[in-house]
Amino acid sequence: MQIHKYDTVIVGAGGAGMRAAIEATKRSRTAVLTKLYPTRSHTGAAQGGMAAALANVEEDNWEWHTFDTVKGGDFLVDQDAAEILAKEAIDSVLDLEKMGLPFNRTPDGTIDQRRFGGHTRNHGEAPVRRSCYAADRTGHMILQTLYQACVKEGVEFYNEFYVLDVLLNEVDGVRKASGVVALELATGELHVFQAKAIVFASGGNGKFYKVSSNAHTLTGDGQAAAFRRGIPLEDMEFFQFHPTGIWKMGILLTEGARGEGGILRNKDGERFMERYAPTIKDLAPRDMVSRSIYTEIREGRGCGPDADHVYLDLTHLPPEQLDAKLPDITEFARTYLGIEPYTDPIPIQPTAHYAMGGMPTNVRGEVLANNTDVIPGLYAAGEVACVSVHGANRLGTNSLLDINVFGRRAGIAAAEYASTADFVELPENPEEFVAGQVEMLRDATGTERVSDIRRELQETMDKNAMVFRTSETLTEARDEIAALRERYKGISVQDKGRRFNTDLLEAIELGNLLDLAEVLVVSALARKESRGGHYREDYPDRDDVNFMRHTMAYREVDADGNDSIRLDYKPVVQTRYQPMERKY
Amino acid sequence: MSTATVEKPEAAADNGASHKITVTFRIRRFNPEVSAEASWQDFVIDIDPKERVLDALHQIKWEEDGTLTFRRSCAHGICGSDAMRINGRNRLACKTLIKDLNPAKPISIEAIKGLTVLKDLIVDMEPFFQAYRDVMPFLVTSGNEPTRERRQSAADRERFDDTTKCILCAACTSSCPVFWNDGQYFGPAAIVNAHRFIFDSRDEAGEQRLEILNDKDGVWRCRTTFNCTDACPRGIEVTKAIAEVKQALITRRF
Repeated sequence: MQIHKYDTVIVGAGGAGMRAAIEATKRSRTAVLTKLYPTRSHTGAAQGGMAAALANVEEDNWEWHTFDTVKGGDFLVDQDAAEILAKEAIDSVLDLEKMGLPFNRTPDGTIDQRRFGGHTRNHGEAPVRRSCYAADRTGHMILQTLYQACVKEGVEFYNEFYVLDVLLNEVDGVRKASGVVALELATGELHVFQAKAIVFASGGNGKFYKVSSNAHTLTGDGQAAAFRRGIPLEDMEFFQFHPTGIWKMGILLTEGARGEGGILRNKDGERFMERYAPTIKDLAPRDMVSRSIYTEIREGRGCGPDADHVYLDLTHLPPEQLDAKLPDITEFARTYLGIEPYTDPIPIQPTAHYAMGGMPTNVRGEVLANNTDVIPGLYAAGEVACVSVHGANRLGTNSLLDINVFGRRAGIAAAEYASTADFVELPENPEEFVAGQVEMLRDATGTERVSDIRRELQETMDKNAMVFRTSETLTEARDEIAALRERYKGISVQDKGRRFNTDLLEAIELGNLLDLAEVLVVSALARKESRGGHYREDYPDRDDVNFMRHTMAYREVDADGNDSIRLDYKPVVQTRYQPMERKY
Repeated sequence: MSTATVEKPEAAADNGASHKITVTFRIRRFNPEVSAEASWQDFVIDIDPKERVLDALHQIKWEEDGTLTFRRSCAHGICGSDAMRINGRNRLACKTLIKDLNPAKPISIEAIKGLTVLKDLIVDMEPFFQAYRDVMPFLVTSGNEPTRERRQSAADRERFDDTTKCILCAACTSSCPVFWNDGQYFGPAAIVNAHRFIFDSRDEAGEQRLEILNDKDGVWRCRTTFNCTDACPRGIEVTKAIAEVKQALITRRF
C-alpha cells in the first residue's frame, strides 16, 4: 500500500472533475484520481448543447432560464441554486470558448444557439434558442477542451485509479474528510490519498437500467462509497428517461434533433406530441415526452410488429442540415440500425439517462451530512451531486451547464478550504475496509455470476421502476433487489490476478449498483405523488402539501451488522416562483 | 458521410428479431501473471450477427471466461476506449457489427500494435498520450481576453472541423507502419490534434507547433500509406490533415 498526500484530491475526470481541477490546480497541490482515462468520460457522449442566455440569436435572459429550470424540474428545484446556474451559465460558456471550444457560429461569428426541450421565451410563450452547441458533439468538445486546458495547466492525473472509499474522521465531534482509498487498476495495488479537501465528480449510476444511454462504467461509485459512510443521498427516486434512445440499444439521439425540427410520430404517422403539449409539442421536457411515448405504445399506437417503439422523423429536414448539425446521430442510425435518416424514420424508445439525485450539496459544492450541516473538506459536483438545480426533471443542456458551473465552484471552494485547513488525521488502518472488500471478492468461490445478477437487476428496474411506477411494481423491485443483494454474497470472480482485474472491478461495480437501486426504489415507494421524472400511476397528481420536499436517504446499520435505509426529508428552497400547474 | 468501421450496412431495419448464429472469435491472450508468452485462444459462441464485436467480448467475459480483459466504456464509438485489431484491421469493437466481418470464418481480435501489451487487449497508452501532450494541444492566445466570445467566422470554424472529431482512441497511430517501427514518431493522432489548433483562426502558437512537428520524429516521417485514414472510426481524413501540416511547414501559411 502507498500513501500520498495532496491539498486537494478530485475523484473523477469528466466535465465536473476537470473543471474543478483547472481551478484547484491553480490554487493548491491537486491530484485527480480517475477510473478511466479522462477523455473516456461520459461527458463526451453528451450531444445537443449547453444552455446559456447569451441572446446571440434572439432575445433571452437568465431570469427566463431560471424559470424554465424551476418549472422543468416540477418545482422541486432549489431556486437559489437554479438562479446561480442560469446567471453563471453565460460566463461558463464564454470561459469554454476562451479555452478554445469550437462552438458552431452565427453569420456574425458569435456562438450559435438552437432550441431545446423546455427552454422558452418569456415564461413559456414559445421555444427559445438558448443551447450553445458544437454540431451534435458538444459534450465531446467540452471534454476535449477541458482536458486540453488541464494539459495546459499541468493538472496531475492518476489514470485508472478506482476510488472505493472516502475516509472521514472525527475532529472535536465533527466528521471531516481526511482522504480516499483507491485501487490502481494496472497493478491491483491499494493507494491511500490523504487530502484536506476532496471533490467527488465521479458521475452517474444509470447502469442499473437495461435500456440506458449510460456507459458501462457509470455505476455510481462515488454515491455508493459516500452512502456506505453514512452520507445521505438526496432525491434518488428522480431518474430521467431520455425520450429518444435507439430502440432496444438505448444509445442517445440528441433532443437537438427535435430542436432542429425533427418530429416524433406513432404508427399512424401522427405527430402525437401535439396532443400532449400543444404549445411546444416535440420540445416539451423529457419526462413529459417519455410518458407520452409510452402512452402511445400502451394504447396500441406503437410501431413495428410488437408495437414497442415510435419514430423520430428527420426525413423532412434537408440532408445538408443533418450533415452539418447532426452528423453523429445520423451516423449512429446508419451504423447500428442500418437506416438512412435522410429517407427513413428512426425507431426510438425512452432510455435511462440521468440521475437528478445524488450526494446533497450546497451551492459551494460542500457535501451535506444532514439537512443543515456540511462535512468539512468534502465536496461534490456534476451528476454525482444533487445541489439541486434539476429537481424532479432536468432540462436538456442543463447538465453540461451544471458540470461547468458547479464543477468550477467546487474546485475553487475546495482549494480555498485546503489553503486554510489542516490535514485531518487518517483513520487507523485506512485501507482496511477496501482491502477486506477486494480480498473477499477476489477469493470468492461462490456459484453466482456477476453478469446474471446484473442482468436481473437491470430487468427488474426496467420493468418496475421506469417511466411508470406503482406501489405494486416498486414493491416487486424492492423485493427482487433484496434477493439479488443476498445472492451477491455468493458470487465468484474468475480472475484471481492483480493486474487489470476487470472481473473484480465489475463485481465491485455491481455491489454499488445494487445499493443504489435499493435507495431509488425505497425513496420512490415513499413518494406517493407524481412529480417530474417520478410518475406514480397510483398517485397521478403532484402533492405540494405533503411532498414539496427533497428525499434524504440514510444507510443505517443495526447491532447485528444488518443495513437498512432510513428516509428523511429536506425543505425545497423557494425564492421567486410559486408552484403552478406544469403545462406546455 | 463515412461510416469508417462498417463496410456496408444492410438497407432498412428489419423487425428486430434475434437470429443467433455460431461464431468463432480467435483472441490474442497475454497475461504476464500467468505466462510470458502470448497465445491465441478460440471462443465459439452463439450470437446475433447484428450485435457489436464488443457485445461478443462481453458475452465471452460474462459467460465463459471472466479473465478476458479489455477496456470499454460508452459502447457507441465516442469514448475511444476499445480500439483493437479485428481481422487485422484497427477498429472500435463497439462500432463494428459482427455481420460486417464475414462471421462464417473465425474473427481474430488482438491488441492494437506499436504500444506495449499489458494484458490481453489492454495496451500501455502513456506513450500515445505523451505524444499528444507534446504538440501543445490547447489554445494559445496573447493580450487581454475579450469580455465576450472571440469572433470566428463560420468558414474559419469549418477549416478545422474535421480534426475536432478525434476521440484519441489510437486506432490511427497504431495502424501506422512508421509508428510500429519507431515509437518515437509522434504518430497521426498527435498530428491531427496539432492540426486542430494550427488551423484554428483564434490560435497564435501555430509556428511553435509546426516547429515541434518539423522534428526528425515529426510529420516528415509520414509515408502516406493512408492506414490511418482507413482506421479512423470517426471518419477523419487523417492523411489529408497530415499533408496540410506538411504544406504549412513548407509555405508557412496556415
